[in-house]
Amino acid sequence: MISEKIATSKLSKVAFGQSARIESFSDDELSLKLLEMGCLPGVVVTIDHVAPFGCPVCIRFNNNNQLALRKSEADTITVTLV
Amino acid sequence: MKIALVGNPNSGKSSLFNQLTGLRQKVGNFPGVTVDKKSGQFKLADNQVCTLIDFPGTYSIHPKSEDERVVLEVFTNPESVDYPDLAIVVADASNLKRSLLLFEQISDLNIPTVVALNQLDTAQQKRITLNSSKLSRILGVPVVEINAREKIGIDGLKLVVAEQLKHKKTHQNLSFLSEEAEVLADTIRKEFSVSNRYVALLQAIHSDKLSFLSPEKKRLLQEKIGNFNGKKFQSDEVMSRYADIAETLDEVVIEEEAPPQTLSQKLDDILLHRTFGYFIFAAILLLMFQAVFTLAEYPMDFIDSSFGSMIELLKERLPESQLTDLFTDGLLAGIAGVVIFIPQIAFLFAFIAILEESGYMARVVVLMDKLIRGFGLSGRSVVPLISGIGCAIPAIMAARTIGGWKERLITIMVTPLMSCAARLPIYTILIALVVPNEPVLGFFTTQGFALMGLYLIGFIFALLSSWVMSLLMKSSHRSMFVMELPTYQLPRWRSILFTIYEKVLAFVWGAGKVIVAISIVLWVMASYGPGNSLQEAEERVIAENTELPEAQLENKIAAAKLQNSYAGMFGKIIEPTIAPLGYDWKIGIALIASFAAREVFVGTISTIYSIGADAEDRTIKARLRNEKKPNGEPVFTVATSMSLLVFYVFAMMCMSTLAVVYRETKSWKWPIIQFVYMTALAYISAWGVFQFLS
Repeated sequence: MISEKIATSKLSKVAFGQSARIESFSDDELSLKLLEMGCLPGVVVTIDHVAPFGCPVCIRFNNNNQLALRKSEADTITVTLV
Repeated sequence: MKIALVGNPNSGKSSLFNQLTGLRQKVGNFPGVTVDKKSGQFKLADNQVCTLIDFPGTYSIHPKSEDERVVLEVFTNPESVDYPDLAIVVADASNLKRSLLLFEQISDLNIPTVVALNQLDTAQQKRITLNSSKLSRILGVPVVEINAREKIGIDGLKLVVAEQLKHKKTHQNLSFLSEEAEVLADTIRKEFSVSNRYVALLQAIHSDKLSFLSPEKKRLLQEKIGNFNGKKFQSDEVMSRYADIAETLDEVVIEEEAPPQTLSQKLDDILLHRTFGYFIFAAILLLMFQAVFTLAEYPMDFIDSSFGSMIELLKERLPESQLTDLFTDGLLAGIAGVVIFIPQIAFLFAFIAILEESGYMARVVVLMDKLIRGFGLSGRSVVPLISGIGCAIPAIMAARTIGGWKERLITIMVTPLMSCAARLPIYTILIALVVPNEPVLGFFTTQGFALMGLYLIGFIFALLSSWVMSLLMKSSHRSMFVMELPTYQLPRWRSILFTIYEKVLAFVWGAGKVIVAISIVLWVMASYGPGNSLQEAEERVIAENTELPEAQLENKIAAAKLQNSYAGMFGKIIEPTIAPLGYDWKIGIALIASFAAREVFVGTISTIYSIGADAEDRTIKARLRNEKKPNGEPVFTVATSMSLLVFYVFAMMCMSTLAVVYRETKSWKWPIIQFVYMTALAYISAWGVFQFLS
């Protein structure tokens, strides 16, 4: 239990080039949009690009999907680092 | 037969639409929504003619923006005039999982469906192979492999569509419905005689977004819903569908380890680079403006001088009469004012189309988001703003993809500040008059920089205006940014050419009609005056200048006549208001004439100055350059020209734009505010520039 708690983080905290597994969403409206785009819990995402001033961030998942989202939006996504 | 074309954004839907319908397309409206409906005719294998309707790209039937709402609106309303007999779902083979989500939703509405499996070549590059016949068996509907870009498999698709229309196969799988959802669906079905459970649920949870439901029915549906959580239903539905799709894909898709980095990713490393990204974007824009100027110059000069010599020739050959004058000085001069700008408009739209098609526009959105968010805009506003360089009308409609109402409204309000193609003629002529053409950094010229400067002023004031508006407006509506970055692809020349053809045609017919009509009215107004004032003016001039040689005398007479004509009177009336900006009454006539559409300005100037001009001054540019004030100074001085340029950067002189703003905001309040603030901005800035420079 304890080790799991340490490992969870927000997607916004994941550094450039690192990967993380999506655990849950805290924003209903945003989560639906992400779900429909195939960004589901359990999916491993990689921080692919970070625009100047740290926002928006681009994530890559399922090998060929690329999304851009704002830092505030990434903040609503709970992940575990992998 | 009506056939709907649906698919995710970037699935190749539009190319398939173009391949199927060719040039037999038209743009109309969906009832109840403002989204444009593109439809076209095509023939099936058995010579049956069908209407194909192109629906906006969407990831899901649950809408997130005004654009996506139309799919829900039509597909949940069997009474709709656009309700399809069959739906072609364009699926991206390299992104099949997501395409199948939309497919399952459409299929569950009990609409006969055909899956057009596109972009297999991209899938292959990503080392994905799939078994389409097995997929067809599992999905229970026909699956056809196509390559919309290369026009492969189109005949096969037509064959299968014909077959499906004969023996309609639908495949409904509502196993994801919870018990609670089933109960709700059945209650609604019974009460409102909706035949399909999924349709019933969609009507219920999205009742506020469906314009075909009566307020009474909406209220009843709300009552039935009670505590049912529509949001949770949607996310549960999506998750459960994805679980189902994962099982399907396990059986039909073989995904090998992807190559470490694709070309698209390598390109992103450069184009999305923290610093170089901006330089590259700026360079691309500068290149675009320079190209518009340089490349279009040759065809434009050619058109200008051809019309000039044609008018001259006709004047020599045709019998001297009022009718000849109307034809040459009125009509032909007006048409020349339209035709001459076709090359520039073509180049401009070609560039915008290339930016969009290649996938670069999405990167620009990412690069700009943080920068322009502080001004009350969203990164997504970049697409309308850049398209605004072409024409504000499609640009304002493109703002529908912006989810948040406040951001969308502000984008709509400031987009007309981006200089559109109709302003290009004015810019080109005035810049050519006052900015010397000197080379800068090799390929570039001072005139190219001047042009880019005008566009920049427009952009900067668009930002400032939106900043002010964002301070004044309150909004509870949240904004969402999340967007997909499509894989880069080479633009298809066919479709670029098609876009150019479409836009140029729209410009020539749309603007052309107005310009020609106004040219004729103008000629009449400039050639006739109240009572016999013209004749009196002529006699007066002859009496005052008995010594002058004939050519000069004729010029004097023409000038005096124009001044005493109806048009001259109008110009004189408004002269006091525009004199502080540095304009004389002739420019005043052009200003009034271009009130409804700014592209009329150059045509008008061309018509006004061709009345009584020297025979050598047949080109528009030469006529303006030689135009003199009564005291012999040129009319188009640097101060006056700059003031005019600035005026046209800001002035809201386009009825069509105001009409579209009304349509998009559903209220006259916004177009009126827009007109007032832009006109005030134009007047004050032009005044400032003129006073400063003179």
